[in-house]
Amino acid sequence: MSKIICSAAIRGAHKILDMAEETYEAAIKKYGPEQEVSFPNTAYFLPVIYSMLGAKVQTLGDMKDIFQECRKLLPAMVSNDLWLPYLAPALDAGMATFFAEEMYESIRYLNTPEFYTKTEDPTSGNIWLGAADDVIFRKRGVEFVDGTAPGFAAIMGAPPSKEIASKIALELQEKNLYIFMHDENNGVRMADQLVEGGVQVGWNTRLVPFGPTYTSAVFAIGFACRVAMAFGGIKPGDYRGNLIYNKDRTFAFVMALGPVSDEWYANAAGAINWGFPTISDYDIPEVLPTGICTYEHVVSNVPHKEIVQKAIEVRGLKVNIAKIDIPMSFGPAFEGERIRKDDLFMECGGGRTSGVEVLISKEMSEIEDGRVTVEGKDIKDIKQGENLPLAILVEVAGREMQSDFEPILERQFHHLINYIQGIMHMGQRNIMWVRIGKAAVEKGFSLAHFGKVLHGKLHQEFGAIVDKIQVKIYTELDKVEEVQELARSVYAKRDERLGSMADDTEDIFYSCTLCQSFAPSHVCIITPERVGMCGAYNWLDGKASYQINPTGPNQPIEKGECLDPQLGVFKGINEFINQASRGAVTDLSCYSLMTDPMTACGCFEAIAAMLPQCNGIMVVNRDFPGMTPSGMKFTTLAGMAGGGAQTPGFMGVSKHYMTSPKLFMAEGGLKRVVWLPKMLKEEIAEKLKMRCEEMGMPEFFEMIATEENGTTEEEILAFMKEKGHPALSMEAAV
Amino acid sequence: MATKRDGCDGCADITCTSTKLILAQDIAKNVVTAYDRVKSRGMSACLFGSSGTCCRNCNMGPCQIIDGVEEMIGICGATAETVAARNFARTIAAGSAAHTDHAREMVKGFIETAKGHGPHEIKDVDKLHKIAKIFGVATEDRDKNEIALELGELALAEFGSQDEKPLTMLKRAPQKRQELWKKMGIEPRGIDREVVEMMHRTHMGVDQEYKNIMLQASRCALSDGWGSSMLSTELTDIMFGTPVPRRAIVDMGVLKSDQVNITVHGHEPLLAEALCMAAQEQDILDLAKKVGAKGINLAGVCCTGNEILMRRGIPVAAGFIQQEMVLATGAVEAMVVDVQCVMQSVAQVAKNFHTDIITTNYRAKMPDAVHIQFEEDAALESAKTILKHAINNYKKRSKVFIPQKEKVDVVVGFSHETINNMLGGSFRSSYRPLNDNIINGRIRGVGAIVGCDNYKLSDENHEIIARELIKNDVLVLATGCAATSLGKAGLLCPEAIKFAGPGLREVCETVGMPPVLHMGSCVDNSRILIAATEMVREGGLGDDISDLPAIGTAPLWMSEKAVAIGQYFVASGAQVVFQNLATTGSKKFHNYLLEGMMDSYGAVWNVAKEPLEIARIMIERIDAKREALGINKQRERVLFDMKMRRDLDAGAGIGDVGCTGPQHNT
Repeated sequence: MSKIICSAAIRGAHKILDMAEETYEAAIKKYGPEQEVSFPNTAYFLPVIYSMLGAKVQTLGDMKDIFQECRKLLPAMVSNDLWLPYLAPALDAGMATFFAEEMYESIRYLNTPEFYTKTEDPTSGNIWLGAADDVIFRKRGVEFVDGTAPGFAAIMGAPPSKEIASKIALELQEKNLYIFMHDENNGVRMADQLVEGGVQVGWNTRLVPFGPTYTSAVFAIGFACRVAMAFGGIKPGDYRGNLIYNKDRTFAFVMALGPVSDEWYANAAGAINWGFPTISDYDIPEVLPTGICTYEHVVSNVPHKEIVQKAIEVRGLKVNIAKIDIPMSFGPAFEGERIRKDDLFMECGGGRTSGVEVLISKEMSEIEDGRVTVEGKDIKDIKQGENLPLAILVEVAGREMQSDFEPILERQFHHLINYIQGIMHMGQRNIMWVRIGKAAVEKGFSLAHFGKVLHGKLHQEFGAIVDKIQVKIYTELDKVEEVQELARSVYAKRDERLGSMADDTEDIFYSCTLCQSFAPSHVCIITPERVGMCGAYNWLDGKASYQINPTGPNQPIEKGECLDPQLGVFKGINEFINQASRGAVTDLSCYSLMTDPMTACGCFEAIAAMLPQCNGIMVVNRDFPGMTPSGMKFTTLAGMAGGGAQTPGFMGVSKHYMTSPKLFMAEGGLKRVVWLPKMLKEEIAEKLKMRCEEMGMPEFFEMIATEENGTTEEEILAFMKEKGHPALSMEAAV
Repeated sequence: MATKRDGCDGCADITCTSTKLILAQDIAKNVVTAYDRVKSRGMSACLFGSSGTCCRNCNMGPCQIIDGVEEMIGICGATAETVAARNFARTIAAGSAAHTDHAREMVKGFIETAKGHGPHEIKDVDKLHKIAKIFGVATEDRDKNEIALELGELALAEFGSQDEKPLTMLKRAPQKRQELWKKMGIEPRGIDREVVEMMHRTHMGVDQEYKNIMLQASRCALSDGWGSSMLSTELTDIMFGTPVPRRAIVDMGVLKSDQVNITVHGHEPLLAEALCMAAQEQDILDLAKKVGAKGINLAGVCCTGNEILMRRGIPVAAGFIQQEMVLATGAVEAMVVDVQCVMQSVAQVAKNFHTDIITTNYRAKMPDAVHIQFEEDAALESAKTILKHAINNYKKRSKVFIPQKEKVDVVVGFSHETINNMLGGSFRSSYRPLNDNIINGRIRGVGAIVGCDNYKLSDENHEIIARELIKNDVLVLATGCAATSLGKAGLLCPEAIKFAGPGLREVCETVGMPPVLHMGSCVDNSRILIAATEMVREGGLGDDISDLPAIGTAPLWMSEKAVAIGQYFVASGAQVVFQNLATTGSKKFHNYLLEGMMDSYGAVWNVAKEPLEIARIMIERIDAKREALGINKQRERVLFDMKMRRDLDAGAGIGDVGCTGPQHNT
């Protein structure tokens, strides 16, 4: 019964707080109160403390107040008889536990900088990654927002064998969940078990070894807290908002594998505050009545073969998985898996061989649905290392099919093929590259499985527009070349059509509220010349998505009367956005950074920010970890641009929009851009140069500074003067 | 002279052990109790009086009315229903007046405290801010005393308000209930005014339509429940601290043979709080030592007892019906009384011993008592004078009998804030788990057992009802002397979950709470109104109090206050069961209370005498509400996919499973 659990949790919290305080006292002695403390590269300080209390812990000295708060929260032990209500005290003790652990872990970063790798994947000598920095968090957060990942399993301990470990991990992956691993069971750690079992761990496969001790569980909770703040617009200190947000939206749970210590109980009690229940394989008491979590709070003694199913049922999660009939596992969790040289069986495209993938639409009568053919050698016909040319030609037909939808369907190939466990796909069109791993081949992989996957998933996701799909796969060079030829002509037509689409010629724009499950007041407006800021949804996607699901997140909007062509203000857009944001946003300028800019959920590819001194605009992409001339790193800027509020001077943008003619039109367009990270500038260099040509200033490309030219406004201003940057002579933007 | 020691023909058997033990002692042989007087009076109650049809409202009568006999209407022509309704309404007015005058003292004490006068201070600043917000008092960057003063003055103004504006606290009620009151024209205005209007309308020759009379009776009762009682509870909490769970003991065994025993009896906690503080002062402790006592033992009787039990964990020796027995122990140096429910007989019982009855309120004096006026502006000094008087009596003590074994452990302090907090902790406090577990059927519903003790039914009635309810998974809330009685029965301790049905037991085990929650004194029934409102607000159990699977009972009611409470419960949408009502003399009116009110309020009065019958009615009503809500069947587990999560924001959320969308902060 719950009394045993609450008693243990409160006991555990006392131990943890004592330990953390001892560490803190020693650290104060060693470093002094002014010593800075932080988790790596984050704008959320110690995120649990920041989100619950609104307190920014930046130095050791800042911890004093938090420890006092912990002591206030920490209740007396539960008495044996005539007990007072213990549930609330246990939950408070759990909260104090997380505060204490967060401070303890931040001191660990100080004392032992190499304790965690601080990377996305394990390094050769260290498997423990530590807290997700903001780059990882934002990249992965997007998956929480769009639903590719419904939540996470915070695992404490380890199952009895590496086989069971692999099986549990695989099942969780198949439910699209992230798996955060902590602590050990009798000296055995689950992450080690997985590595021994040949399973790839790291953020890319969603199998994340957070830390070897129970205190690292606070990284999982901190991740959830940040999701609420970054995407949900929940303010730091709004503890109730944050907790309810996570209960309703982040489908996370604790999976305790092995004997449950007082310290585990304390962490589990804390997690209940977030609505995250605990599922245990061990014989401990249960807490079944509902209320704080959506359903049960603690469920125990669950056999390993049922534990994943039980966990998602207890958490109240429904995962819609269409079974694809292939011998390998399949799902988003395998998208980031890499096939390294040693694991490689063979590869196609990518400069090794000729490779191409293309989708075209045909008449209904020309297609036999479900037909998958492989012409030429298949995997069973070759030896390891024998690379083949490859052409994947998908032909579709449907009463609602339009040629405009072809590229959208074709773009799915990349992630769909990647979803297959043991297969890695990169690039697209005729620069595609597929690596086939040994593990997949051992399980009986055939090239025909590409066809099965594409047929099954395209039907599932685009059933409203395609009725028939057939897939032709070629591995004979002459056939491949034939498809290459066909593809080139298709690409040329498509590019021409895309290039001719403009905001001025289309009367309909599309809304995107895909993120509203996580960012309730945010509405994206997608125009032909402005791709969604996540970079994933363009105007055609909106059109297709509406066709597929007329009541879905993408709605057509009559843009209506243009009230200001320079700012991009449209009557119809304003009316729509007012209603869709429930009054939070009443006016929107589609082409301005300074006047009523578009809001953002938090999953933007890049952020544009005004630099007043330079009279120009800088743009920084998510992957750039360094300082920018705005005096803020991406992570800090993201806090200003995200959360569904309009903040003039800060805005989320996609990389694609950087080369749109409508870019910052109200502020003078591309000519206002003064700074980009080098990696971003290089990535879009080709198109950027083209835009410079088009606006009659081919030399402008060189006028855009990067971090090599400076990371302060003063340095950039000097660089601009040296180059004669046009923004200098423009009217003041602020 | 006490003749029979286990009740009498006119009353139920005495079942309470401590009462029986005390009355069996030699030292108690000359004590005359209520039980004895029922016997010695030798006559049964007047039929017209007990059926509500004796009219004494003018000097043409008194008129005894017989329903259905044309010649037997009043001299003025008043019919049975008019007379019964007028009498019933006057009972409500008297009950409301008692709560109102009590509340006024508390508000005045609150204002003095805010001004920095007297020994008390503003203790619960969180609650101060909450109540201030309801009254529109700014709190930001303001000193707590400054806020309290403004709040206190606004609260005091509600008593004498003469405009048509409804009472401020009404807006705490569910929206639908507020609209209903507005539509019916029964939103109370000034608190005093409603009692005055009630008295006026029941004067000879004014309101002679029983339904119309009951409209004002409702308004008058609501001015008590959502007005004076609520103000009293909330401001008292702010001043003396909102109750939190704590351990205590009840029953006669709390008296101590080697200490100065002082019992506090009555209702207003201002005096009792001051006594508690003064009893800790060194000079008082020294004085006690000087007379040979090991200390000073304060013990509560009746609702004063409940007030200091809830907030300080001070033991309660007795409920209303045992006020004479506590004196019959011979162990009480003084019984300090203020207002309400103090039997005149206590001064006579005290004469048998060294005990003094000390009256402290100018409103409430009695022959053979010592009067020491409690001065609020010199509260501590007054309290010390009283204590010194009691201490000096210690030396006069002769033979005593304290039933040492008769004491029971209890856990008390379940304010609605406590309930809110204990279900989710500091960060997730809410009524969600309660609603959830009602919806999923672990808890069948909520039953409130409130009110007094009464010789008419045996002492164990409260216990029998409560045991039956918890056995059937009904969570019990208790106040007043009913709560004391349940404490003595051992149902207020967490171990009592072993008597609960499996569903309720599981929830109690999860939370660590007893199956019967002590919510305070009789004035604290307003806490139940707020708790019910919170349940409505939390969602999934309908949109008005009348939709909730909840019901109240005052099975052993004695005081007119209980009728006022009953009427404000019914007018707020909560059904009640009483053991009898003095309304049977008019079929029409009686039926109106038992059935007719359903159309207006969604709730009615019920009458039942046998405890198991009362429990049965309560469970039936709860089951009927469960059925109406559609929660009487096994429910499917809802699993959420991405689309459903997205829809959380578009709509009102899915209240049933606690997904409330973005409105989390309201």
